[in-house]
Amino acid sequence: MNKARRNPFNLIAMHGALILYTLIALFPVAVILINSFKTRKAIFREPLALPSADSFSTVGYETVLQQGDFFLYFQNSMIVTVASLFFVLLFGAMAAFALAEYRFRGNTLMGLYLALGIMIPIRIGTVAILELMVSTGLVNTLVALILVYTAQGLPLAVFILSEFMKGVSDDLKNAGRIDGLNEYVIFFRLVLPLVRPAMATVAVFNMIPIWNDLWFPLILAPAEETKTLTLGSQVFIGQFVTDWNAVLSALSMAILPVLILYVIFSRQLIRGITSGAVK
Amino acid sequence: MAAASGTPRIKSHIIVFLAPAVLVYTAIMIFPLFNTLRLALYTEVDNVRMFIGLQNFRTLFGDAVWSDAFWNALGNNFWFFIIHMVVQNPIGVALAAILSHPRLRFAALYRSAIFIPTILSFVIVGFAWKLILSPIWGIAPGMLDAIGLKFLYAPWLGKEEYALTTLALVSVWQFVGIPMMLIYAALLTIPEEILEAGEVDGITGLSAFWRIKLPLILPSIGIISILTFVGNFNAFDLIYAAQGALAGPDYSTDILGTFMYRTFFGFQLQLGDPHMGSAIATAMFVIILIGVCIYLFGIQTRMRRYQF
Repeated sequence: MNKARRNPFNLIAMHGALILYTLIALFPVAVILINSFKTRKAIFREPLALPSADSFSTVGYETVLQQGDFFLYFQNSMIVTVASLFFVLLFGAMAAFALAEYRFRGNTLMGLYLALGIMIPIRIGTVAILELMVSTGLVNTLVALILVYTAQGLPLAVFILSEFMKGVSDDLKNAGRIDGLNEYVIFFRLVLPLVRPAMATVAVFNMIPIWNDLWFPLILAPAEETKTLTLGSQVFIGQFVTDWNAVLSALSMAILPVLILYVIFSRQLIRGITSGAVK
Repeated sequence: MAAASGTPRIKSHIIVFLAPAVLVYTAIMIFPLFNTLRLALYTEVDNVRMFIGLQNFRTLFGDAVWSDAFWNALGNNFWFFIIHMVVQNPIGVALAAILSHPRLRFAALYRSAIFIPTILSFVIVGFAWKLILSPIWGIAPGMLDAIGLKFLYAPWLGKEEYALTTLALVSVWQFVGIPMMLIYAALLTIPEEILEAGEVDGITGLSAFWRIKLPLILPSIGIISILTFVGNFNAFDLIYAAQGALAGPDYSTDILGTFMYRTFFGFQLQLGDPHMGSAIATAMFVIILIGVCIYLFGIQTRMRRYQF
C-alpha cells in the first residue's frame, strides 16, 4: 500500500466533500419537515430554526386532514403500487422463465420484442392509451393505472429475471421432471423461490416510479375517488398555495411514506443497483 | 393442462407462461404506441375522424404558432439535457469515485443519504424548491445574505432567463443518486490487481482515476448518458409541478412533455387536440429513437469491453 492511499488529508477532504453534498441533498427535505410543525409566524420569522415550545403547531396537519382525503389517496396509491408490482413480478417471471428455459422458434425474437419497452417510454403512447381506456370504460378506475404500470414494468422485469433464471441449475429442474412434476410446479415451487432476490430487486426498482408517477394519474384517473397520493398532494397544494402551514404539512405527509419505505428497502435497492442488474 | 391434442406438450405451457406478459405488454404498450403514430395522420372534423396524411406535421413545422412552440420546447429540452450531462453526471461520477475509496468509513451512510432525493416524487421536489427559492419565504436570499452574496439572489423560478436552468438544476439535485450508484457499482468491479499494477508504475490517487478507472467505467457512463437522454426527453412532472402546464414564465420552461400534454389534453382556454398531440408524440418518439440508435450503433459498439 502506498502513501497516497493512506494520506489523512485526502480522507478528510473526501469526508468534507461527502458531508457537503449530503447536506445539499438533505437540506430541502429537512426544511420542509421542520417547518411543517411550526406556526405560520415562526415559519417566516425563523425558517431554519427547529420548532420550539412556542412555535410548535400542527395546524397545517389539521387543515390537511380536514380538507384533503389523504387516507383515501394513500390507499389508492397503495392498491395501485402493490397490485402493479404483483402483476409485474408474476407475469414477468412467467415470461422470463419461458424465455430462459425453453428453446422454441421465435425465442430470441420474443425476447427482443419484450425488450423494446426498456428504451421506449410508455408515455409516448398516452394519446392512444387514453382512447383505449375511454372505449373500455376504464377511465377513472385504478384498474387503468394498474394495467399501465404493469405494461411499463414488464420489459425490464423480463430482462432482469431471465438473466437470473438462466443461472438456476438444470439438474434441479430435471430432477423435478423425473419425479413427475409438471412444468408449472417446477416454475412455482422450484424456480421462483430461487430467484427471490432478483424479484426483490425488480420490485424495488418499479415501486418508486409507480408511487411517484404524476402523468398517468393526471390523465387516466383524475377523479376524486381514484386520486393517488402524488396527484392528490399536487392538487391539494395547488389549491392551498397561500396556506403555508397546509402546504408544508401536505408535503411532509407525502414525503413520509416514501421515506419509511426507503428506510425499509434501501439495502435491497442499493444491492440491486450495485449488483449490476441494470446493465 | 395437456391441451390441444396433436401439438407437442411443450408448446402449451410455453404459451401459458408467455401469454399474460405478452398480452398486457402488447395491448397497453406496443399497440397504443403504434396507434398514436397512426393517429398523428388523422384529424377530427365535426366529430368524424378523417385521414389527412402528413397535414398535422405540416402544421407543426410550418404554422408559425405551432412551430415556434415546438422549437422552443425542443430547444429547452436540449438545454435541460445538456445541464444534466455537464452537471449531474460529473457530480455523480465524482461522488462515486470518492465513495468507492477502500478506506472510507460511513460510505453506506453517505450513499443512502445522497440517494434520498431520488426517491421523492417530482411534486414534492418541485414544490419544496419552489418554496425554498421563493422571495416570500426568504430562505434562499437569507442564506446567501449569511455568506455575503445576497446580491446574487434573484427570483430564479420567476425570471424567464433563469427559470429553465434552475429547474434543470433542481432535477439534477434530485437524480444525482442514479449516476452515482451505477458508477459506484462499475468502480467496484475493477479488480484490485489492476490498481496495484498501476501503483507499481507510480500511478496513484487522481491520476489512477483518470488513467485507469475512468477508461474502465466508460461503458457505464454511456449507459447513464442514454438513460439521462430518454428520461429528459420524456420529462414532464417536475415542470408541471413547479410551473404548471403553461410552463411559465412565458413558456420559458416548456419542454416536449408539457407541450404534448397541453396540446392533447387541453388546458384552460385551449381545447385538447389528440391528433396534434399524437404528432408531437411522434416527434418525441423519433427523437428518442435517434438518441437510442446513436447510442446502440455509434457509441456502444465502439466501446471496448474489458474482460477480467
